This record gives sequence, C-alpha cells and structure tokens, in this order.
Amino acid sequence: MKPPPFAYAAPDTVEEAVGLLTEHAEAEPRVLAGGQSLIPLMNFRLAKPGYLVDLRNVAGLSGIRREGDVLVIGAMTRMAEVERSPEVAVAAPLVTEAVGLVAHAPVRNSGTVGGSLAHADPAAELPAVALALDADLVAAGPGGTRVIPAAEFFTGPYSTALAADEILTEIRLPVWPGGHAFTEFSRVHANFAVVAVAALVELDGDGDGNGDRIRHAALALAGVAPTPVRATAAERALAGAPADAATIRAAADAAATSLSPAGDLHASPETRRGLARTYLRRGIELAVARARNER
Amino acid sequence: MAPDTRTISLTVNGQPHVAQVEPRRLLVDFLREDLGLPGTHIGCEHGVCGTCTVLLNGASIRSCITLAVQADGASIDTVEGLAQGGEMHPLQDEFSAKQGLQCGFCTPGMLMRAREILAENPDPSPGQVREAIASNLCRCTGYQFITEAVISAAARMRASKEGVAP
Repeated sequence: MKPPPFAYAAPDTVEEAVGLLTEHAEAEPRVLAGGQSLIPLMNFRLAKPGYLVDLRNVAGLSGIRREGDVLVIGAMTRMAEVERSPEVAVAAPLVTEAVGLVAHAPVRNSGTVGGSLAHADPAAELPAVALALDADLVAAGPGGTRVIPAAEFFTGPYSTALAADEILTEIRLPVWPGGHAFTEFSRVHANFAVVAVAALVELDGDGDGNGDRIRHAALALAGVAPTPVRATAAERALAGAPADAATIRAAADAAATSLSPAGDLHASPETRRGLARTYLRRGIELAVARARNER
Repeated sequence: MAPDTRTISLTVNGQPHVAQVEPRRLLVDFLREDLGLPGTHIGCEHGVCGTCTVLLNGASIRSCITLAVQADGASIDTVEGLAQGGEMHPLQDEFSAKQGLQCGFCTPGMLMRAREILAENPDPSPGQVREAIASNLCRCTGYQFITEAVISAAARMRASKEGVAP
C-alpha cells in the first residue's frame, strides 16, 4: 500500500524542527530520519502521522567523533557509515558487531542510528547495545537539550522517554575497556532477532588465561521483554567470579530463569528463555575470550 | 483541495529532473509513474524483497520505503541506466548468458545490488556474492546462477578496466 497523505517539512536546524513538532502537535507529527521503520509502517497504514519533520537537511546531526573516553554518534548517522567506521571499531567494537546484524546492507545505507533507537523495537540490536554500554542519549526540545540515560530511555514496545516535541540528536557511548560480543538468533539471516545478547566483560589480573577473575560484566538482552533489559542476575553472578565455563553457565542460567518473556508467532516463552540462556552463555564466553586477547 | 506538493531536483541515470511531488510519493512510484521508468519493480512495498533496489548516490536503497522528497538533490541510478549506447552492461550480459533470471521479477533489483557489490569489491568470492545478494529475494533461480553471473561479470569488468578485451 501507499502512505496516507501528510504534510511535510525538511527544516535546516534542530530548533526549527522542534518548533514544527510543537506547532503541529495536533497532527500527531513524527520525525523522519532514514525512514526504514517508519515508512513501512506508513505503507501499511499502521502509522498515520499528519505531519512529517524530515531531519535530512539539519546540519550537525550526522557524524562520528571521539571525546576522550566517549564515542559520540550523531542521530542521523547512517548505519552503513557506523559499520565501516574504523573509529567505531576501535572505541566501540560492540556497536560494529551489532550494526552489521541490522537488516540488510541496503536498509543500513538509509537507516540511521538515532532512528533505530527512537523507534525502540524490542527486538532491535542498537537499543540493547545502548543499554549494555550505559549510553547517554541526548534529546533536544523546546526547553533546550537534556541527557537521558539508556536505562531510562526505553519505556515500552516502540515507546521511549522522548516527549512528542523532542528530537534525539546524538548518542554518547562510553569506551569499554574489556571484551565484547553481540550474538543473536534469528529465523532468517538479517531478520529481526528472536533473542539478541550484548555482552561486555572486563577481567582482573594479568592473566595467562588461567585463574582470571571477572571484574565487571554488563549484559543486555533484546527480544525477551517489552524493552531491552539488563541481565542483572547474571551480572551479579559474574562480578568477582572466576572467568571459567562453570561460572558463565551458572550466570546464564540465573539470568534466563529470571526472565518472563511473552510468546508469539516466532517463539514460545520457553523457547525464548532457552535461547536467552544459550546466547548469553555464548556471548559471555566470546567476550571473555576477547578480553583475554586484548591484554 | 489540491494535494500539497514539493519541488524536487534530482539526477536519474545522468539526466537532471525537476518535478512536483506529493510528500507521500514513494520514490519507486515517482520513477515508474512520473518519470516513466518502469524497470524498477515493486514487490513487497515494505522493504523486504529488494526488487525495488536502486542506487542513491551510489548506495543501494529500497525505493519502496524511500519517499521521493528524500531523494531531493540526489543522484539515482536505475536498471534503465545500465546499458550504454545500445550495449548491455556486463552484468546484464552475464545474467542472460548464465541464466541468472527466470521470471525476471527480481532482476532489476539484483542487477543494481550487484553493481554496488562490484563497485565496493571488484573481485568478490562466490561466498561474498551470496552473502551480499541475500538482501534480494529470488524465487526462481535458487541464487546459484545469479552468483555465477556476478562472478563472470566481475571478471569481465576487471579485464575491461585493465584495457584487456573481455
């Protein structure tokens, strides 16, 4: 199908864009980034915004830069640019690994980082990455800008803490010093994940691979709840524990047991819990192995 | 009430165009109906099948989930632009020779995606081609002949670039 009619503007500044969202509030306006989620929804007429504010002409919303221990990605940065960026690969290899799993290359050529985060699909990769890294999301609104921690950003399926007149402008990702892994199960390559896992592990000691201890782990899951969630039970089980197979298995079991995913056409609750257990274990193992290689 | 329209300027297959479009006009419909270029096909209309693939500033996109207004100022390449001076592009020749199509519905998208693949990597392995064309659905060929066609075309394009007769 085709989108229903809507009014459209492509302003040049964030201030103008916010102004348009405020001015046309009664039309239930939406922000257009790459459109790779929004336009299909409009084609299906599941979304019928009366007004689209296209960010394509807004200067300064696209780009990747390093600010000390923080990697900053502009909201309008295309996923393909992130995927190929050597700077991202060094500062946030978890992002590089995850973004390559988002749909297919032609979608990543248009789709943006900010668009994926603001769309907040509960099975999407980048929201889980933002949550695992404790990213800060920067939003601009009528009163200026504010910083929303990832832990407070995702409020439900396709719902975020962004107000109707706020625009996500950039994501700030702390540089993680340890190992990383992004693993997921999907029915078909490049489909949305049934379950996805972002795993970050930092090891203690100068380790020869034996007797390492885990200093700190950060784990996030997608596809098991209305929003991406941290696997806090597993994080606690790993902190200070030996980085061995038994510890990792027990942590993955603890996390999976604490989940209560919904079932749907793609997988039952039991299947999702089982996938979460398996992919958490694999993710943690890979992150530990990479943490060892980093040293 | 007359529909609200926008003026867009873009280049399609090297030809500049200025056009009035409704904001809701999908790029694929703009190409097919407004510019009379029906080579780009419409399949799923939600970004899954890839038959509407065109190049926007050299990068493959799904024209069924792109608005025409989003292409304002861009350079678009469609399947109609592949053949030059009555000569088929090597990709078209090899799709024909290797039977890289049967019904032909996916072919415009496959060709444009293949063109991007070879622009990024002029000498891909069969595995790399298979992974890259996973973005586009074909229900006839089983992909094997398409992969062979892309590999053959790549060799010809490398040879002609080096000044050797393909």
